[in-house]
Amino acid sequence: MEIIIRPKTKWWRLDLRELWMYRDLSYFLSWKDLKVRYKQTSIGALWAVFQPLFSMIVFTVFFGRLAKIPSDNIPYPIFVYCGLLFWLLFSNSLSSSAESFVGNERLITKVYFPRLLLPLSTITTNFLDFLIASGILVIMMFYYRYAPSLLGILMVPFLLLLTVAATLGIGLFIGSLNVKYRDVRFALPFFIQLLIFITPVIYPASIVSPKHQWILGLNPMAGVIDTARAVLLSSTPIHWGLLGVSVLCTMIYCFLGYFYFQKVEKYFADII
Amino acid sequence: MNIIEVENLSKQYFIGSGGGYLTLRDTLVNIARAPFSWLGSKVAGQKAQDTNEFWALKDISFSMKPGEVLGIIGRNGAGKSTLLKILSRITPPTTGQVKLRGRVGSLLEVGTGFHPELTGRENILLNGAILGMRRTEILKKSGLIAEFADIGQFLDTPVKRYSSGMYVRLAFAVAVHLEPDILLIDEVLAVGDAEFQKKCLQKMEEVTQKDGRTIIFVSHNISAIERLCPKSILLDKGRAQKYGPTSEVVEYYSNQHAASGMGFVYTPSPKDNLEPDSAEFLGASVGGQSGQPAGVFGTMDEIYVTMEYEIKKQLSGFLMEYQLFNEDNQAVFASTDHDSDPSTSGNKPVGRYVGRGKIPKKFLRPGRYYLSAAGWNPDGGSYILARNILNFEVFANGGPANLEKGRLGVIFPELEWNTVKK
Repeated sequence: MEIIIRPKTKWWRLDLRELWMYRDLSYFLSWKDLKVRYKQTSIGALWAVFQPLFSMIVFTVFFGRLAKIPSDNIPYPIFVYCGLLFWLLFSNSLSSSAESFVGNERLITKVYFPRLLLPLSTITTNFLDFLIASGILVIMMFYYRYAPSLLGILMVPFLLLLTVAATLGIGLFIGSLNVKYRDVRFALPFFIQLLIFITPVIYPASIVSPKHQWILGLNPMAGVIDTARAVLLSSTPIHWGLLGVSVLCTMIYCFLGYFYFQKVEKYFADII
Repeated sequence: MNIIEVENLSKQYFIGSGGGYLTLRDTLVNIARAPFSWLGSKVAGQKAQDTNEFWALKDISFSMKPGEVLGIIGRNGAGKSTLLKILSRITPPTTGQVKLRGRVGSLLEVGTGFHPELTGRENILLNGAILGMRRTEILKKSGLIAEFADIGQFLDTPVKRYSSGMYVRLAFAVAVHLEPDILLIDEVLAVGDAEFQKKCLQKMEEVTQKDGRTIIFVSHNISAIERLCPKSILLDKGRAQKYGPTSEVVEYYSNQHAASGMGFVYTPSPKDNLEPDSAEFLGASVGGQSGQPAGVFGTMDEIYVTMEYEIKKQLSGFLMEYQLFNEDNQAVFASTDHDSDPSTSGNKPVGRYVGRGKIPKKFLRPGRYYLSAAGWNPDGGSYILARNILNFEVFANGGPANLEKGRLGVIFPELEWNTVKK
C-alpha cells in the first residue's frame, strides 16, 4: 500500500475505491447516530413514527377537513401520509447532512477519512427511520384497501434512490457552504420549512395545470412524491414529464453539489 | 526501501485580518456592492487584500526506514502539528510531496471521536473504526484493548462518567492496538498519570523494537524524546533547523534557548542593584519541583521561581518579589515572599537568602512568559529591580487548558465549583 500526499489541484476527484475501503467506518457512524439517539430519547424507535403520524393527523384536520384541499379522490390521511413519508426522509436527511461537517468538527480536524462518509451515514440513519415509518403506510393501505401495482413495487426503490441522490447533492452543497459561512445554519430550517409548500405534500400536483406541471419538477421531491402516489395509491397516471424533469434536476444538483463539496473539502480542516 | 519520504514539504496559510468566521450575508452584500471587482478577483485568482500569508511549514525533507522512530521538537507554533496534519492527510500541503508506504495511524489528540453517551465498549468499536480498523479486527482486539486500558468493570459505563485518566487510557489503548505500519503521535504522553505514562513509553518501545513499527513522535517532553527517538528534527518557524541524532538536536535546542538573550537561568548584572550597599541580587532561575532549571513546562506541572540575594545591612524591611508578564506584555500577576506570612514586613537580618516561589499547576494559560524581579521595602524604597530576566514556556497537557481552548482570560485557573440540583 502506498499513499502519496500532494497538493490537491485537480478540479474533479471521486475515489470510489477508497470509499469502499472505509465502508466499516460508515457503518459505525450510522450505528453511533442510532445508539446515541436511542439513549437520548426514551421512546427510541417510536420517534421515527411519531413525527409523520402526528403531522398527518394535524394536516388531515386542518388541510383535509377544514381547508378542504383536494386529494385526487384519495382519502386525505393516506394521501398526505404517503407524501410526508418521502418528504420527511428528504428534509430530515437534508438538515442533518447539512450539519454533518460542522457537527463533526473534532473528527475532521483530527483524523483522515473520506468526508463524504459523514453525510452518507447520516442519510443512512434517516433511511432507517423511513423504513420504520413506512410500516404505518402499509397498515393504512390495508385499511383503505389499496394495493400497489407491480410497476409500483418496482418504482419505489428508484424513487428512494432519487430522494437520496437529491438529498446528497443539495446536502453536500449546503453542508460545505455551512463550513465556510457560519450563518447558513440559521437560514436552513426556515428554507426547508418554506420548501414543503412548493412541494406537493399537502396538495396534489394536479392542482397545477398540466402545461405548467414540469416547473414543479425543478424540485426533485415533487417528481418523487407525485409518482409515489401514482404507483402506490393509483391516484393519477404517472406524470412522466414531471418525473423526467425531476430526474434531470437531481442529476444536475448532485453534480453541482459534489463539485462544490470537493472543491472546499480539502480545506475543511483549515477553515472549520 | 524508505517507508516515509518527505520532499520539500511546505504549507501556507492565509490569515484574515478580521478574524472570526465568514458570513454568507456579508459575502453576498460585498458581491452585490461591487460585482465587477469581485468577478475580477475571481478571474485573476487573487486572494482578498486584507489577508496575511505565512508559511507554517517551509521546505521540509526527510526520510525514514521501517522501524525508525523520529522525534519532532520545537516551540509552540513551530509547525509541528501542521507537519503531522499533513502526514495524516487531514490537510493538504501547498507544495511538495510525501510518500507513505504502509498503513498510517495517527493519535493527534486523545479521545477524538469518543462519544460521551456511548459506553467504553461501544467507544472502542467506534474509535477503532475511525482510526481505520476493520470491523472484524476491532472485535477481535477489543478484549486486549480493554485490558490494556485497565478500565475493567467500567466497560459498560458511558464514558461521560469516566475520569480524565480513564478516558486517556482508553484512547491510547485503542490507538496502540491499531497496529499501523506508521504511527503518528502528538503529545499524548503529556496526559495521564506517571504510571500510565511509563506504561505507554514501554508499549511504544515494544512496538518499535519487536514489531518494527515506524513512529513519528511530537512532544514537549524532551526526556521522552531522548528515550524513544534516536533521531530528531528541530522545527523553528516552519523550517527544519536541525536534523540528526537526538542528543545533538537537543543540545542545539537548549543552547539556542540560552542564546536567545534570556533563558531560564539568570546571572545578575550590577545595574540590577539600585542600592548596592543595602542589598545585592545574586541570581534567579525557573525550574520544576526537582530544582533542576528548565524552560518548558506543562499546565499540569508546578513551576518554581528561585531568587538569591544578599542583604548587606540591617533594613527596616525587605520583600522579594517576582512579576510575571505574558507575550502581550500584560502583567499576569506578581508575588512577594510575604504572601506566605502577610504579618511580616520582611524584616530580615543581614545575610544571604534563597527565596523559592511556587506557581501552582492548572493555573497559567499555555504560552510564553517573562519574569521580572524586584526587592523593595514596604516602608518605601527599592533595592533591586531586574526586568525581563527569565522566560519560559507553558504548553497544554491537562487541566482547564485542555477542556476549552477558547476560554477567556490571561490565566486558566482550575477553581472550585459546587453545583446542586434545586
